Amino acid sequence: MSITEMTPGAEALAPDAAGLVSRLLASPRVRDTAQALAITLGAVAVSLALFGLYMLIRYHVSPVALYSAMYRGSFGSWVSLQNSLLAAAPLLLVALCTALPARVGLVIIGGDGALALGGLAAAMTGLVLRELPVPLLLVCMALAGMTAGALLIAAAGLLRHLRGVNETISSLLLSLIGLEVFNFLVEGPWRDPDPISANKPSTPPISEVPLLGNMFHSDVHWGLGVGVVVCVLMYLLMYRTTFGFAARMVGGNVRAARAAGLPVGRLLLVTCVLAGAAAGLAGSIEIAAVQRQANASLFARPGLTIGLMGVLVSFIARHNPLGVIVTAAMVGGVAESSSMLQRHLRVPDASAQVLLGILIVMVILSETFYGRFRVFLAPDVQKAAANR
Amino acid sequence: MKKLRLTLRPAYGACLGGLALLAFALAGCGSSSGGKDGGGATGEPLAIGFIYVGPRDDYGYNQAHAEGAAAVKEMPGVKVTEAENVAESIDVQKTMKSMIEQDGAKVIFPTSFGYFSPHVLVMAKKYPDVMFLHCGGLYDAKKHPKNVGSYFGYIDECQYLSGIVAAYATKSKKLGFVAAKAIPQVRRNINAFTLGARRIDPKITVNVIFTGDWSMPVKEAEATNTLIDQGVDVITCHVDSPKVVVETAERRGIKICGYHASQAAIAPKGYLTGAEWNWAKVYTDYVKMVQAGKKVGEIPNLVRGGLKEGIVKMSPYTEQVSMEARKAADDVKAQLMAGTFVIFKGPLQDNAGNTVIPAGTSYPQTAIELESMAYLVEGVKGS
Repeated sequence: MSITEMTPGAEALAPDAAGLVSRLLASPRVRDTAQALAITLGAVAVSLALFGLYMLIRYHVSPVALYSAMYRGSFGSWVSLQNSLLAAAPLLLVALCTALPARVGLVIIGGDGALALGGLAAAMTGLVLRELPVPLLLVCMALAGMTAGALLIAAAGLLRHLRGVNETISSLLLSLIGLEVFNFLVEGPWRDPDPISANKPSTPPISEVPLLGNMFHSDVHWGLGVGVVVCVLMYLLMYRTTFGFAARMVGGNVRAARAAGLPVGRLLLVTCVLAGAAAGLAGSIEIAAVQRQANASLFARPGLTIGLMGVLVSFIARHNPLGVIVTAAMVGGVAESSSMLQRHLRVPDASAQVLLGILIVMVILSETFYGRFRVFLAPDVQKAAANR
Repeated sequence: MKKLRLTLRPAYGACLGGLALLAFALAGCGSSSGGKDGGGATGEPLAIGFIYVGPRDDYGYNQAHAEGAAAVKEMPGVKVTEAENVAESIDVQKTMKSMIEQDGAKVIFPTSFGYFSPHVLVMAKKYPDVMFLHCGGLYDAKKHPKNVGSYFGYIDECQYLSGIVAAYATKSKKLGFVAAKAIPQVRRNINAFTLGARRIDPKITVNVIFTGDWSMPVKEAEATNTLIDQGVDVITCHVDSPKVVVETAERRGIKICGYHASQAAIAPKGYLTGAEWNWAKVYTDYVKMVQAGKKVGEIPNLVRGGLKEGIVKMSPYTEQVSMEARKAADDVKAQLMAGTFVIFKGPLQDNAGNTVIPAGTSYPQTAIELESMAYLVEGVKGS
């Protein structure tokens, strides 16, 4: 597949819209993107409709009241927009922990452990090096967090490559081990003796105020900016470099990749290292921008944990790093709208979880629609189908 | 043969219909106004926000707070909003901000211990006119902003009374305790329960299992079953939601002392009594002060108390509790109410045989030494 094949022809500027559409759809890349967008948006719309029906029947909330409250609670005001983006910030990086390995054909769900260990490593590094100037300190914390996260997920990748251990199970179990190691260290040797920490075991705080500040006079910390940049970089890596091409080839057919002489083991390992580093970085950012010390609040969540939300985001985005940006914002918005639904419609928090549940089922179901819409098929295939 | 296709395939239809619905929904919302600005003018109701770390119907920690919020809702001139399942992370900061900016809240009750540092402190600095009344008793006048209040109750007094009632109910002389984390607050409850039981019969022992975290339903059920298999016939706990422990114990037919809120409804056969919070008292007191026009600085920053102050209470005795047991517990309760009874006094030994409080020393509830309790008293099995 060469680059010239993928770009739409330069003469695509047809006078009529229908012609434009058909010319655009002549490019396989545009066709695939349009198909993915249409099917995913369709799944989202169907989910919203089902959720509206459920809320109408279960809580007698009219769809207009429901969706207007959800809109106000997620993106409809400056306060809620910032809140949604704050909710999305860690999801961007944790979703990459699933999205990147998916490119080499691995299903990794160990984001929580990598996030927690990354956060712990960052918190302890920050404590030891706190005399350093803040920018340098932040870099050291980020590196420490990325290393810790990378080690955990790399272990799952190595087990897969060397011993054929199922990486989904091993990453989940390694993540649980990581959380227990975290608890052991925070409740034991690294525990802060301060009375506030006595009843909430934590490492000593690094600083009085968060080290990582907010972006441009908003209340959204720089973690969002970092997450977006990393997602874009990972997209470029996976779709615009030979490394990415090789990695996707391994994901497509590992035997063909081996036969073609690709270093499969190294590709798997590097991808897992990147994935773990992304989740570890998310943990470092939580420490630097929010918590200032490591304790169970880093990963403990009522309902879905950040790691599981990341898996959800990655699947809805079809493991595309650019899709992750949009999807994380959407999932962040849904999670955030829960507060408004509770406060103004007086429905339980579980309702937003119901919507997230419906969403993931619908997105997975929508996979079956790929290749079923003629518009998105290659012209010759369309013709063959029409003459059937 | 060429033919114009006008029929939509079902899949297209579903997709397009969904999209249309989405577009409609978004367009419909666009016109409605953003947040509301409340408060300020007289005559408007006082907006108050309650934030819980778990579900507010958990038969436990969060339900106890929600019952307090329900009492505030009954008061005239208030508008209460609530948010449940809010994590001790940036999430709680966002929720506080939304309540202040979108609901006009002037008083916020962030009810989880872990909300305090840094989350409540961060928001209190950002919004100096809003009162943040946190549950945990962590306020330090030297370090913390004036618009922060913190309250906590000496619920170990109730655990001591539960221990007395349990001592009369046990036949095996083995009591059970399912605990979350090995932290001073939890140890204090285990110790008070044990001391209460051993006041009646020094042969009694208390088997403890720690689950490691506040909400671990599976481990809590396993711990309960393990304790019952060890011969325990009365159980209590200190976890966020006692529901699993209580239901498991009820199914196995043993007796139960509740915690946080009353679980009598889910254990009609085995429930004896229980240690409950009475947040309604604290919350209505605070709200009355704000309604009376008291400003930041005039509202007490630290509120602590036990049975005497009405911050904790006992579940009413059920029919399972003998007259003898009631009399023994009520006798101590009367002394606690009068302020003449001290639970932690020397000579007191821990379960490794070390003297932790020497003879002649007694620590009343306000003693700072109790805040860092690192031991489990004699008679407790487990660590």
